[in-house]
Amino acid sequence: MILPAAKCGACNMQRYSLFNLIRQSLGYHRGWQSNWRTPAPKDHYDIVIVGGGGHGLATAYYLAKKHGINRVAVIEKGWLGGGNTGRNTTIVRSNYLYDESSALFEHAMQLWEGLSQELNYNVMFSQRGLMHLAHNEHDLHEITRRCHAIRMNGIDSELLTPRQIKQRVPMINLNARFPVLGALYQGRAGTARHDAVAWGYARGADALGVDIIQNCEVLGFDIQNNEVRGVHTTQGLIRADKVGCVAAGNSSVLAAKAGLKLPLESATLQAFVSEPLKPMLDSVVTSNTVHCYVSQSDKGELVIGGSSDPYNSYSQRGGFDQIEHVVGPMVELYPVISRLKMMRQWGGTVDLAPDRSPILGESAVSNLYFNCGWGTGGFKAPPGSGDLFADSLANDRMHPILQPFGLERFTSGELIDEGAAAGVAH
Amino acid sequence: MPESTNRTGHALPPGAKTLRFRFNGKTYTGLQGDTLASALLANGIHFVGRSFKYHRPRGIFSAGSEEPNAIVETGTGGYAAPNVRATEVELYDGLEARSQNCWPSLSFDMLGINSLISRFIPAGFYYKTFMWPRSFWLKYEHYIRQSAGMGECPSQPDAEGYEKHHRHCDVLIAGAGPAGLAAALVAGRSGARVILVDEHPYTGGQLNDRRNSPATDNWLQQVTTELAMLPNVSLMLRTTLSGYYDHNFCTLLEKVSDHLPPAERQDCRQRLWKVRAKQVIIASGAFERPLVFADNDRPGIMLASAVRNYINRYGVLPAQQLCVFTNNDSAYQTALDAQATGAQVKVIDLRLKPDTPDANSLPGLAQAAGIQIHWNSAVSAVHGKTQVKGVTVHQLSDDGRNIQGPGIRLDCQCIAASGGWTPNVSLFSQARGKLRFDEEQQHFMPDRGVAINPNISAGACNGRFDLAGCISEGESAAFLTLDALKISASKQPVTQPPADPEDQPVHLAPRILWAVPCDHPIGEGPKKHFHELQNDSTAADIALAAREGFHSVEHLKRYTTTGMGTDQGKTSNVNALALMAEYRRLPIAAVGTTRFRQPYTPVTFGAIAGKDLQNLFAPKRHTAIQPWHDRHGAVMEDAGGWRRPRYYQQYPGESMHDAVQRECAQVRKTAGMVDASTLGKIDIQGKDAAEFLERIYTNRWHTLAVGQCRYGLMLNEQGMVIDDGVTSRIGEHHFHMTTTTGGAARVYQLLEDYRQTEWPELDVYLTSVTEQWSVISLSGPSAEAIMQPLTSQPVNAADFPDMSWQAMDIAGVPARVFRISFSGEAGYEINVPTRYGQAIWEKIWQQGQAFGCVAYGTESIHLLRAEMGFIIVGQDSDGTNTPLDLGMQWIVASDKADFVGKRGLQRNVFSQSNRKQLVGLMPEDASQILPEGAQVVLPGAIQSNDKGIGHVTSGYFSSTLESGFAMAMVAGGRQRKGDTLEVMLLSGETVRVTVTGTRFLDMQPKAAQQEAS
Amino acid sequence: MLLIECPWCGQCEQSEFHYGGEAHLTRATPESDNTELTGFLFLRSNVRGDTAERWFHAAGCRRWFNARRNTVDDRFICTYKPGQNAPQETTDA
Repeated sequence: MILPAAKCGACNMQRYSLFNLIRQSLGYHRGWQSNWRTPAPKDHYDIVIVGGGGHGLATAYYLAKKHGINRVAVIEKGWLGGGNTGRNTTIVRSNYLYDESSALFEHAMQLWEGLSQELNYNVMFSQRGLMHLAHNEHDLHEITRRCHAIRMNGIDSELLTPRQIKQRVPMINLNARFPVLGALYQGRAGTARHDAVAWGYARGADALGVDIIQNCEVLGFDIQNNEVRGVHTTQGLIRADKVGCVAAGNSSVLAAKAGLKLPLESATLQAFVSEPLKPMLDSVVTSNTVHCYVSQSDKGELVIGGSSDPYNSYSQRGGFDQIEHVVGPMVELYPVISRLKMMRQWGGTVDLAPDRSPILGESAVSNLYFNCGWGTGGFKAPPGSGDLFADSLANDRMHPILQPFGLERFTSGELIDEGAAAGVAH
Repeated sequence: MPESTNRTGHALPPGAKTLRFRFNGKTYTGLQGDTLASALLANGIHFVGRSFKYHRPRGIFSAGSEEPNAIVETGTGGYAAPNVRATEVELYDGLEARSQNCWPSLSFDMLGINSLISRFIPAGFYYKTFMWPRSFWLKYEHYIRQSAGMGECPSQPDAEGYEKHHRHCDVLIAGAGPAGLAAALVAGRSGARVILVDEHPYTGGQLNDRRNSPATDNWLQQVTTELAMLPNVSLMLRTTLSGYYDHNFCTLLEKVSDHLPPAERQDCRQRLWKVRAKQVIIASGAFERPLVFADNDRPGIMLASAVRNYINRYGVLPAQQLCVFTNNDSAYQTALDAQATGAQVKVIDLRLKPDTPDANSLPGLAQAAGIQIHWNSAVSAVHGKTQVKGVTVHQLSDDGRNIQGPGIRLDCQCIAASGGWTPNVSLFSQARGKLRFDEEQQHFMPDRGVAINPNISAGACNGRFDLAGCISEGESAAFLTLDALKISASKQPVTQPPADPEDQPVHLAPRILWAVPCDHPIGEGPKKHFHELQNDSTAADIALAAREGFHSVEHLKRYTTTGMGTDQGKTSNVNALALMAEYRRLPIAAVGTTRFRQPYTPVTFGAIAGKDLQNLFAPKRHTAIQPWHDRHGAVMEDAGGWRRPRYYQQYPGESMHDAVQRECAQVRKTAGMVDASTLGKIDIQGKDAAEFLERIYTNRWHTLAVGQCRYGLMLNEQGMVIDDGVTSRIGEHHFHMTTTTGGAARVYQLLEDYRQTEWPELDVYLTSVTEQWSVISLSGPSAEAIMQPLTSQPVNAADFPDMSWQAMDIAGVPARVFRISFSGEAGYEINVPTRYGQAIWEKIWQQGQAFGCVAYGTESIHLLRAEMGFIIVGQDSDGTNTPLDLGMQWIVASDKADFVGKRGLQRNVFSQSNRKQLVGLMPEDASQILPEGAQVVLPGAIQSNDKGIGHVTSGYFSSTLESGFAMAMVAGGRQRKGDTLEVMLLSGETVRVTVTGTRFLDMQPKAAQQEAS
Repeated sequence: MLLIECPWCGQCEQSEFHYGGEAHLTRATPESDNTELTGFLFLRSNVRGDTAERWFHAAGCRRWFNARRNTVDDRFICTYKPGQNAPQETTDA
């Protein structure tokens, strides 16, 4: 028995709901449709997005949804969400120091807050709160400054005392070698299910007519008179009026194919999980001073990360020394985890910009746009990045929130230096 | 106490000690040499745990580290360990173990309800629901989280310790089965430095599955003994090659004392070895592959080889009535061994009955032994929920897709299942090796490695399953490895064990039915076909993933969570891929495989941390004067890797505010002294030393006379201030540079970079001398009076002017004294060799007592310098400020040809008048202390929702000024002098302030800035 | 963790070294135009494949040197002293 699918409004997307889940259960789930088609590339699109991660798929989704542009293809050299979207530690926050960053990440945060409903796909966005620990006077100075600045931008932010931290994170050792003196806390921050973000946007975009083409690698750009006309791919030439490259760690490689250099360096960022445990940690806790951050997934694994490996690499592999640099502080801060075990580790290729802020804008080649440089913090923004990038591509000008994030800042000197101000930005 | 019911006899050493242990609160006995799993089976216990999602009853499935089901918690208090595989726990007297993921008890688990509603919760169900109402997700999630997870995190700190060691070797061999042993023997005899590891407490690998046979037992013993005797071979048991990283860097986890009762354990529980191996030989064996059939997860269903292992190694027959369910020959060995132990055995074989049965084949031998074989048959139903009670067996249709005919019921308490064999390619894959699918044997095997990780796979992990073949592959792997190492190989051949009656040819070629049919279509009825036991992933889930577009192997893994359990898919991987291939009608090779990730088996966090905890977590750098600070009430803080006095409590309980006000007032009144030894110090020598400084700093250095000191500001190439300090000319070609405490290492490295790579033509040499000098900074109106009696040279301002230095004896010790101050008062920075630091400090202190001289800490440094308007790099600046922003344009010699940052500074944006500029702020209410970090806004901005225009960088109360005061970076700040602005507090209140300059204390213009944080 | 051949000390663990980014950049001088300045400060080849980069043997001889490394398979092709050009011979890739 294959049940007819309940459709979703105007598009032909099967609606997800408890009712439909039960209904499909009766038919042993044989009635569920594919989340996306497997189309052959068309000859020409209005816009081609290179990169099928969260940012690229979100861009395509909003182009179709908000701007009615559905002659759009997303070209992915591997599998959807196979880059950093599927390799991060799923942390979402919007508490950045500078006004420009606040505007961008808070825009993303507000979209996150309704994303499951928007996509009719549960991305498990869980606003369980995030704290940045301070371990010395300099840290306290730094988080206090940020707390004030963030509040000034209307974003929730508070300072926690060690006692308040201990209440939220009972397993923490306040008297570690570098004691816990306080924390910057954002209650609306939290985690989301990373794969679901790619899948939800892909399903939504596909239903709106976007062609998602996996296993299709870009080999070069068709550029005439300094204007991009299409992309050469492993599935042939795909013509396009505009091309948006949203390829994270591989952005420099794409840029080189267009004869461009970007202010980016690609490095490996590792992460790992423990074996699954019963609930033991509600908040996300990060520490810049000792470089570790941790949350507990819904499956029960502790999801742990630190800073990126020190050298440029595209290998998606890092060294064990970096793991040691993260586990040491973890055990020092949370001594009860000593007998727990690291179950699986992995690495992603992050695209680090000199000021640790993303880069969104048109390149020196007309109609060739880049959305990159998200570095270690890309998962905080796919909804906002996609929405604003789509708006910019649709209207042939950068959205006001994105204007400070263009490539020009590296010539003018107007950096948005979250890196200088905060060390690493997780 | 229950009797050991299933113990058959003699596999463990005769007379093995009886051990008592507790499981779920009941006491049982086992034997020395048992694992927890074998001891439980010996006591007739199969049901030991609950599955992750459906909370279905689960039993012991394997006999090794691939165990997906029998995951328990052991120990208590500081010895508690969750998520431990019962199959790997060596039994000791007094062992405590408990089931996990069940509440209130294993047999009655409330969340067993998940099993009843399993039809509604297939793979990925959570993506499709829990979306309404929007605000409820955290509530839903609360219950999801409660039901997920496995063990409990211990509540006590770890009672045991860990160690880490580095090692180097020529050859690291993973696995001490026949292949690994043979390789180790050849390499060892040839003189190579060999490390041979095995996760078991014994050697032999799968030889341990076999019935005792003098031939192979002797061989194993001889080889093991010879290896143990070779001085260049380390045989490490209970040791797992957990991580294969690049350039042949491998981590080994050695379980040192987990097998001992806590009372007998040494300091070290586990040891992590970090090994750099020139070559690696992977001899990690193979896993038996489960069969995917209806309700194949019931307690009592085990891998056939595991059953054989329990019978032959531990003398434990898992059940009296046993069904062997197989698609290949190897499980017949289990049938024969079980039969020989007295069990009633029946075989259900998926394969068609051979036309001409070979009496010498394993099935032939089984038949001759009276074992009933059901050919072309399948287990179509399993009876019993918490323990197998029997099976229903059906004939298969010709294509194997359906069952047919009447079913027959067979009673049994254990099903020994075999779906063929899978080479253990985890380590090869970790080493970046590429796999290929072998169509004939239907498994993945090593194909191509990478140059940076030289390794060779040998034996079963390379698809070689016969004993003689494994031994000869081990030998040849060693020859190849020795060749690569340019070590001449020993000519002595490895003896093969004499022929053994057990060594029948084993036909491993299986009949492939990736999912065995039952009485309803797979996934469309009550029976579940699990391909992945721990995470409850079924064949139907894979079909769903295929249907919904999750075609990529990675999508499959992430959507169904197959292979994401604590066993990392060791037994489930191939079945999952094959099922996906089948549903998508593709060859398995086209579906591909995921990369295996480190670690091979989970690694204890404590072992990764080792001893780098608490005081050994990070070095504590103390100055030579630390003992004095300790005796005088210093409250210490961490600053730039150092421990520094923050302030001194004159009496217990003195607040920091009071102490700082007291210290500062005394410095302004008479004198104070501070330990400034932590300042970075770089000795710069060479003909071009002055030229080097000229290029590094923004100001001029050729003009500095010998004996003079000068403040310098260091920029990065973008033109941003990164460090500052006073540098003094010791001789014509000799300078002494100081840096900030926190910036010392960074600056030194940066200078080396410029010296070596940018300006190699300069004749200049740099030496870090931070730790060679103790620095005592004495300042205040009485400083001169305190200093003079300590030296024969005049130290008055005329003879020893500001911003100069002199070599002199202080209390008989040769010193360099710099006439500089960071407090604005007359000051001396007395540098003495570190070994004299405390003695000279005490001399000065004694001299100072008549003047009421105080010792002061970093807080007072900050306040005193702020009163003077001196910046602290890293507090008032943050890496985004130019000298102009900080009001320090006076120090930039723009007419110099070049200096670091000059070109960067020339960009237009840095001369814009609306940039944030350093200014002073005085609160209208003098009692207010402006909080550091607070936003500065235009008056009324809160009402009009305007953004901030800057922030407070330093804020203090000054007893001298009798007012709070602050430094702040404010947009266009210098043009706002005299304006009224507001500073916003976190409470939402605002404080009105007046913009001022930063020279808060207008004393006679004193020298320089020094002693930055 | 990589194994790095210091031209002065021989093979040592990566933990002894600091990474120094792309090699052979030309430092901007006051005469450089904006393009040269931006190129020096920020733009990087960030090659996927054979790249020239700088390392500093911080816990060893404290000398800087250059290396050619493949950023995909992390194989060092060669290391060489500062001031030298990258050896151009290719090894098996």
